[in-house]
Amino acid sequence: MKHALRIWAVLALFSAAALCLSLALGSSSIALSDVVRLLFQPDASANAEVLHGLRLPRALAAFGTGGLLALAGALLQVLLRNPLADPYVLGASGGAAAGALGAMLLGLGVVWVQLGAFAGALLSIVLVFGVAYRDLAGTAALGGASEAAPRLLLTGVMFAAAWSALITLLLLLAPDARLRGMLFWLTGDLSGVASPAWPLATLALLLLAVMPLARELNVLLQGPALAYTLGVQVAPLRRKVYLLASLATAVAVTTGGSVGFVGLVVPHALRLVIGNDQRSLLPACALAGGTLLLLADTLARSIVAPQQLPVGVIMALLGAPLFLVLLLRRAQAR
Amino acid sequence: MSKRPVDAAVPPDAGAPLLTLQGLTLRAGQRVLLQGLSMAVQPGELWCVIGANGSGKTSLLHTLAGLRRPSSGNVVLQGRPLGDWSPGQAAGLRGLLPQALHDAFAARAIDVVLAGRHPHLSRWEWEGAADTALALEALHQVDLDGFADRDVLTLSGGERQRVGIAALLAQDPLLLLLDEALAHLDLKHQVSVLEHLAQLVRQRGKAVLLSIHDLNLARRFATHVLLLGGPGQAACGPVREVMTEAALSEAFGHRVMRVDVGAQTLFVPA
Repeated sequence: MKHALRIWAVLALFSAAALCLSLALGSSSIALSDVVRLLFQPDASANAEVLHGLRLPRALAAFGTGGLLALAGALLQVLLRNPLADPYVLGASGGAAAGALGAMLLGLGVVWVQLGAFAGALLSIVLVFGVAYRDLAGTAALGGASEAAPRLLLTGVMFAAAWSALITLLLLLAPDARLRGMLFWLTGDLSGVASPAWPLATLALLLLAVMPLARELNVLLQGPALAYTLGVQVAPLRRKVYLLASLATAVAVTTGGSVGFVGLVVPHALRLVIGNDQRSLLPACALAGGTLLLLADTLARSIVAPQQLPVGVIMALLGAPLFLVLLLRRAQAR
Repeated sequence: MSKRPVDAAVPPDAGAPLLTLQGLTLRAGQRVLLQGLSMAVQPGELWCVIGANGSGKTSLLHTLAGLRRPSSGNVVLQGRPLGDWSPGQAAGLRGLLPQALHDAFAARAIDVVLAGRHPHLSRWEWEGAADTALALEALHQVDLDGFADRDVLTLSGGERQRVGIAALLAQDPLLLLLDEALAHLDLKHQVSVLEHLAQLVRQRGKAVLLSIHDLNLARRFATHVLLLGGPGQAACGPVREVMTEAALSEAFGHRVMRVDVGAQTLFVPA
């Protein structure tokens, strides 16, 4: 418990530092000392306008989105008992992408793109849930001799494959003028964010919902059969985890597009450092995922400012080597 | 969620056996594994479940643990049908060590054993010093002193199996169900684990149901035997009555001979 609090405190400090950095950097830099002053006592200056009108909402949205993706990744890795699971493995992001690109193809505005993304994600979640219901809820979920997780995983992967074909089709049909925007969306892009309220609120609610379940999730990692004999109500728990992780993914991709990597790398990197107790891991994922995406987004909009890069590209370029370093250091320590 | 919620007003029947099977029938597909089996397991009894591959040992243990429903008949724990106990209550009454343990992620051995304490903790409670002490003691009982911080992914098959046994010991249920728990263990640890289970049964009034392929260990440590002998057939009772040359030969479809060496009775395949 104390151990967990210490981890969270350290990560929260990192988050705060990343936030200050993100508010300071951009096409016009603001001095760090001014950032803190303007944050709490805004004046009429142009800097205050930029900070409160542009950078703060985007920074908070990036934090919320990254936190949601990392949390969803951690939850799905537990649900599927598969280290390769990420928020997109069960197809929610494919549905979101198809919805968003469809709206873009029709030339609709940002709000409609977001609505399309959310609707597509929900549709995909419901479809997978319906098809895999027996595995999530019935006696099969208990495992008995066999395990249900691979079938749920395969169901999700099949839906993701179908969505991916639809996405390719939409890209092929798109006029050249819209193609660039669509590709940006697909790699993950936070430049269209209007308000950080949705991702932040969802992140907070999600943490409140999963923390009471955290020890049961630890037990679930031992396998559904063992978890059941240890008093965990496996089927309801698995359904809850599926729905919570899927909703987190839906809100995240609606906000920032299909930003890859956060959901896979952050839970793994944290496991290597702090272990696999979900009670400390899940809040740590929210903080670290948020911080990482915030830093990536800051880079994305400041490296070649005033031009902006898609945050998903920066994320992958940043995340892959980071993770490999952790992995190799761990292997040497053994 | 339990379909039949626990009625707190009904106390468990103190005089009832720990486990009662009432006309239990199990099927796997079209095959009949058990037909109308009725038996009772009392505290202080160590049952070995023996039978050929596919005779239904695992299916029976899973049914007793509540992981599968019987085709017909009842499983009764302390006088109340298994399904009437809440999952948490049931976890205090019976525990299962499954045949195969899969680890998807790295985990310390002590954390795997501490998972056995889950039913003893309230929702927001963290494992305390007492739980850790119990977990370390359980690891000691399976001869894994000094393994607490080892990653289970680095353990050998037999060591991992013993971590699983330790987790069941830490869970500390009244009825311990073990599915071929000794399969990967070396000779020394097969004997020491059985000795510890026999001690739990004798001194703490636990009951054990253990599926096992080693007839001689079964003969030596069991108080009772359930012999699954082909489609739907089963014999149960005190070890000496059930384990006979004729019954074993019949059940395994291969002639088994009895050899007495000093005080030990051995069964060897012809």
